[in-house]
This record gives sequence, C-alpha cells and structure tokens, in this order.
Amino acid sequence: MRFRPGDRVRVRRSFPIGHVRTPYYVRGKAGLVERACGSFPNPEELAYARPGLPALPLYRVQFLQRDLWPDYAGHPADVLVAEIYQHWLEAVENLQ
Amino acid sequence: MTLPDPGRSHHDMGGLPAAAVVPAEHDYAMWEKRVDALLVLLSNRDKPLVSTDELRRNIESLGSESYERMSYYERWIFAIAQTLIERGVLTVDELGRKIERICARESVHE
Amino acid sequence: MSTDHTDADAAHAHGAPRPDQDDTITYYRAMEIAVRELLIDKGILTAGDVRRQVESMDARGPKGGAAMVARAWVDPAFKQRMLRDGSAAARELGLEIGPLRLIVVENTPEVHNVIVCTLCSCYPRMLLGLPPDWYKSRNYRSRTVREPRAVLAEFGTTIPADMRICVHDSTADMRYLVLPLRPQGTEHLSEAELANMVTRDSMIGVAVIEASRANRVSLAERNCSIGFNFRG
Repeated sequence: MRFRPGDRVRVRRSFPIGHVRTPYYVRGKAGLVERACGSFPNPEELAYARPGLPALPLYRVQFLQRDLWPDYAGHPADVLVAEIYQHWLEAVENLQ
Repeated sequence: MTLPDPGRSHHDMGGLPAAAVVPAEHDYAMWEKRVDALLVLLSNRDKPLVSTDELRRNIESLGSESYERMSYYERWIFAIAQTLIERGVLTVDELGRKIERICARESVHE
Repeated sequence: MSTDHTDADAAHAHGAPRPDQDDTITYYRAMEIAVRELLIDKGILTAGDVRRQVESMDARGPKGGAAMVARAWVDPAFKQRMLRDGSAAARELGLEIGPLRLIVVENTPEVHNVIVCTLCSCYPRMLLGLPPDWYKSRNYRSRTVREPRAVLAEFGTTIPADMRICVHDSTADMRYLVLPLRPQGTEHLSEAELANMVTRDSMIGVAVIEASRANRVSLAERNCSIGFNFRG
C-alpha cells in the first residue's frame, strides 16, 4: 500500500485502450485518499480472462466537485468519491 | 509533448450532458431474468466460465450505435455469448446455427 | 427491439407495453435460448439451476438493506460497526450477501449521499435486488456525478443549498448503501416498523424518508391505548 488516508494524489492523465475502471472525467485530477479498500485482482487483466495477480491496492479518492467541473454550481464543498487503483495514482508533492 | 487526448470511450459517460432522468422501471421479462441468472451461474462457480470483467469489456466493445440501440440485457446476452466463444465453450458456428433453429420454431411463449 | 434510452423510458413511464412482452422472438431473445440450451446440452448447467437462480433473485428486494438501516437507527454500536465494515455488519444480521464488499455511507444533517455507477451499473444486488431501469440509464449515469441536485430534483428530492452532497461513483470492487436520516417522530416505532419505512430509493440516495402523517397518527393512537400522555 503506497498511500494512506489524507494523502494528496493525482489520477494519471493517461488514455490507454482496453478495459479500465478509471473514469475519463477524473483523469489528470487531484484529490485526497479517503480510505484504502484492500487489494483486488486487476480488472484490466481479468477482462481478458487472465488472473489479474498480484492483487492491486484500491483506494477511495475524494475530489472537490468544483475541481472536476468548470461550471459546477452546487455547494463549494460538494465532493465526489471514486475507487481508483493504485497504478493510476501518483503522489502530489506540492500543496495546491 | 503532451499526450494527445483520444476522447472517452462510449460507455464512459460520467459528466456528459444528457436529458432528464425518468424515474421509471419495468418488471423484468422472464428472458431478462434468465440472462441475469446465466451470468451469476457462469461466474459464481468453482471454475468460472465468464467473469463480470469480461462481460463489461465485451459490452464496452460494442460500437456506440449498437450500445444505444440494444437494451441492457441484450448487451448482457451478447457479452456472455461473446465471452463463451472466446473461452472456447461455444463456437461461432454452433451458436449461429442454434439461433437459426430457434427462430425457425413456432413463436415463443413466455 | 426494446431499448432503454430516453424515448423508451418515457413510454414505459406511461405504462406503454414493452415490445418484448409479446410473443415475437427477437434476435437476442433467441440468443438467450440458444446459449442456455447449448450450456444445458453440454452439461455445464441444468434447467433447474437456471430456475432456482431466477427464483432466488426474484425473492430479493430491498428488505436486506432496510433491515440494516433499521438496526443502525436503533443500535448506535451496530451503526458504528456498519460504517466501519458494511459486509461484516450484514453478516451479523444473518444476511446472505456472498462476496459483496459493502460500504455504508451515512446521511447527516450536513451531508447527503447519492450512489451511481457511471461505467456500467454496479449495485448492491444481494441487499436491494435488481436495480431499477433509471439507475442503469444514460441520463442518470451521465448527470448524477456532475449535477446531483438537478437529478435529485427529478425524483422530487430537494437538498437545501447549505447542505453538502457527496456523490459516490461505484467504479471498482466496492458496493454502496446509503444510511438515510431517521425521520422525526419515529422514536417509539419498533425496529420492524422502522424497516418498513425504509425505501430502496432512500438507500440509493435519490430520496429521503419522510415521516408520514400515518406514522404520527398511529403513534398517537398507540400511546393513548397504553395510557401515556401523548404530547404531539
């Protein structure tokens, strides 16, 4: 487990073909690790009938809605939480 | 250089504009319940023959026109069949011929 | 051929017959029969297996989720265990959830939660049964992450502007249940009566549970009949 709750992370701005479970709308976005969910076989491998091992750490990452959508009109503290696999996340060194 | 953005896959729709949600639902038809049952039976067994991940990947591979035209469980049975072909459980020919024979039967009652 | 895009949604909302409810075979209905019969012929499954699985899923409605909510409302220690580990809490109540990895998120006076799966339609089936069409629709999957208040308004649910909304996108292995706020005036209801108030839509987060007039009336009647002074 590379990350802990409270760590600031960024979802890689990557656009691989094939089966992924990282939605387009969070790619390149920064958020906070809300919790570690445990490790699971990699869906990017399971989708092709491969075992997906070793299991990969999965995290719930919390994003401010106003960081995701330029025209977001709700409460400024509204958030969205998505589950993102560790290999999609990189540490954010600077506070922004 | 910055990685060019090829755009989103058709199924990856979070954040796209869309119309009002109609809070409607239907009672599932028997054939839909059987499709659901097939996925559970084929994935929850000692030696799974279909995984949820293969199901999803095959649904995602439908072109946008097919994805929109097909109903939810039509996409599922397509993806289950496609996965079984990939796994060598069914062949393209036997499934095709079986579908032909079924359609040649008397009309199907549920 | 049946579809689940918005035109079909509107037609179904008005009770129009679905095209696949008549006797005409369609290509994909024939495919379902073909796949099933081939698998039975090959000894991979039996007709009984299919029937039993259909019956098992038919028997699942939102009762499992409602039982968890009602228990959490009456038992604060259970609630804390449930918020820490939803699957363990479900098993504690004897609910058969299989491999479900459950996270329960709590509505508070400050925060309202709503669940969506933008990538497909992940849903806690073992606790709530099969998901409704709207949950799987393009419109819900597209817009809930971006304009949750507008989508909730389409369900008749208004979240005050000073409350925060947390949207959960069920993108991977976890599944979600919302713990709705317990309505006012339900302090004397039994756990079973509380469970009866919990709706599926409140556990997805598109609705809240209102204390109905009926609950208040029956509360008054009950208190009178057992001799309490009821202050309404």
